[in-house]
Amino acid sequence: MSITVQIPTPFRRLTAGTPTIDCTASNLNDLFAALDQQFPDLKPHLHDEAGEARRFLNIYVNEEDIRFLGGASYAFQDGDEVLLVPSIAGGAN
Amino acid sequence: MSTYELRCRECGKTWASQPRNYCEDCFSPLEITYDYDSIRKTVSHELFASRAPNIWRYRELLPLPAGYQPSLPVGYTPLVSAPRLGEKIGSRRLCIKNDAVCLPTLSFKDRVVAVALANARSFGFDTVACSSTGNLANSVAAQAAREGFKAWIFIPSDLEPAKILGTQVFGAELVRINGSYDHVNRLCSQIADEHRWGFVNVNLRPYYSEGSKTVGYEIAEQLGWRLPDNVVVPMAGGSLITKIKKAFDELVLLGLVDPKPVKFFGAQASGCSPISTAVKQYSTEIEPQRPKTIARSLAIGNPADGPYAIKAITKSGGWSEDVSDTEVVESIQLLAESEGIFTETAGGVTLGVARKLIHQDRILPDETTVLCITGNGLKTTDVLADAYQAETPIAPKLVEFEAYLARKLSKSEIFAGETPALPLASKSTVFAAEA
Repeated sequence: MSITVQIPTPFRRLTAGTPTIDCTASNLNDLFAALDQQFPDLKPHLHDEAGEARRFLNIYVNEEDIRFLGGASYAFQDGDEVLLVPSIAGGAN
Repeated sequence: MSTYELRCRECGKTWASQPRNYCEDCFSPLEITYDYDSIRKTVSHELFASRAPNIWRYRELLPLPAGYQPSLPVGYTPLVSAPRLGEKIGSRRLCIKNDAVCLPTLSFKDRVVAVALANARSFGFDTVACSSTGNLANSVAAQAAREGFKAWIFIPSDLEPAKILGTQVFGAELVRINGSYDHVNRLCSQIADEHRWGFVNVNLRPYYSEGSKTVGYEIAEQLGWRLPDNVVVPMAGGSLITKIKKAFDELVLLGLVDPKPVKFFGAQASGCSPISTAVKQYSTEIEPQRPKTIARSLAIGNPADGPYAIKAITKSGGWSEDVSDTEVVESIQLLAESEGIFTETAGGVTLGVARKLIHQDRILPDETTVLCITGNGLKTTDVLADAYQAETPIAPKLVEFEAYLARKLSKSEIFAGETPALPLASKSTVFAAEA
């Protein structure tokens, strides 16, 4: 099983320019662990010590906010595309 | 020397003015801060009053490029007392800040776009863009046309027809997205990474959101350089309420108004209420929602400034409430029938919530309360489609009219006999009889 993770431009400074990675994480905690190992500089921007996603980090799976899919309890499916979006702009009435 | 800079709202790191909306160290949002010591030496009530009535009269408190010459008289909308509405809902000192008549496109978004575009030019953009639930789309399209920018506008596909037409007419490129505003917004943050465009609510966001402060400056000036007791503000992304608070805080800091506590009340539709839900649960975090409400201009399920809005509300001693779509429509009608102001669904949300807060005794009758009406009812007439029937036409003859009038009067007498039109009206009749 494999999922694709898109690294947004602002984060690529911390991933030596890598725009996407493939990994075999089965859930969000697994994914954080994989990213922490591969990109140690990115780690503090993804989650806190307890493993909770940072407040200004939005995580999408195939266009859907992961929080609507069960958050950390969501089990990734083969071929899932995961998108990380930091400090999303918003609030446009 | 510039009197403002960008500062990270979380870690405090600063940058010189540039198109950037996040901190490169901690990826938190940025906002503009000012050199208030130098501003204090130059501003005064008299200085502001000597200038034309529009947002540019507060130019020292806005992030504007040196020598910027505005071409549009945006803002300075009426603040009107609302005695008839106040009597009906139980407030003796009720005011309406009426941005339903803000120029050029009849919503408060004209303020934020004006400030964003002032900077887009100096940053060298020839194209401006936005994600929008409608009012922002109208305003970016119109002001881009006026200022000679190309405009790309991204909207959820289910927007009100008037807001779609009111964007296309200005010649903007309009991209409809299958999805909610939150999907559109996420897409725009990706597009902003790839294209060198001035996205007013992405890379120009710190400038854009400062434009909202002008609502606060105007309220204070129009109250005779005093702050109100309460402000009721509609919330979508949650930025406006925080910026009105920032405006009041700045006026106190600069000695332009006397310090006093102001309670901030946030209004949402029950079908999209991530901020009011958090406030009512005493939470500091936002749980995103899938919007389902006729108040589409407020339909943001994952509000970017949500945590800051929660903080502004709770620290002020205010509160947040939400109302059903039925209450939204009733409130639109109540405002129109009481004060002659036709607001869009967001205004119905604001008034509906204000009624609730008065009922809960969170807003008291003798306090000065300002309702922020942020958009115009002509843009959301679809929600009133079922509320009124077209009358059968009559012949142009006096006798026909007299018959028509007789029918009308007998009908209204029947209704009057059945139930009193408004509970408060019947109450005051009781008091009159006792006297």
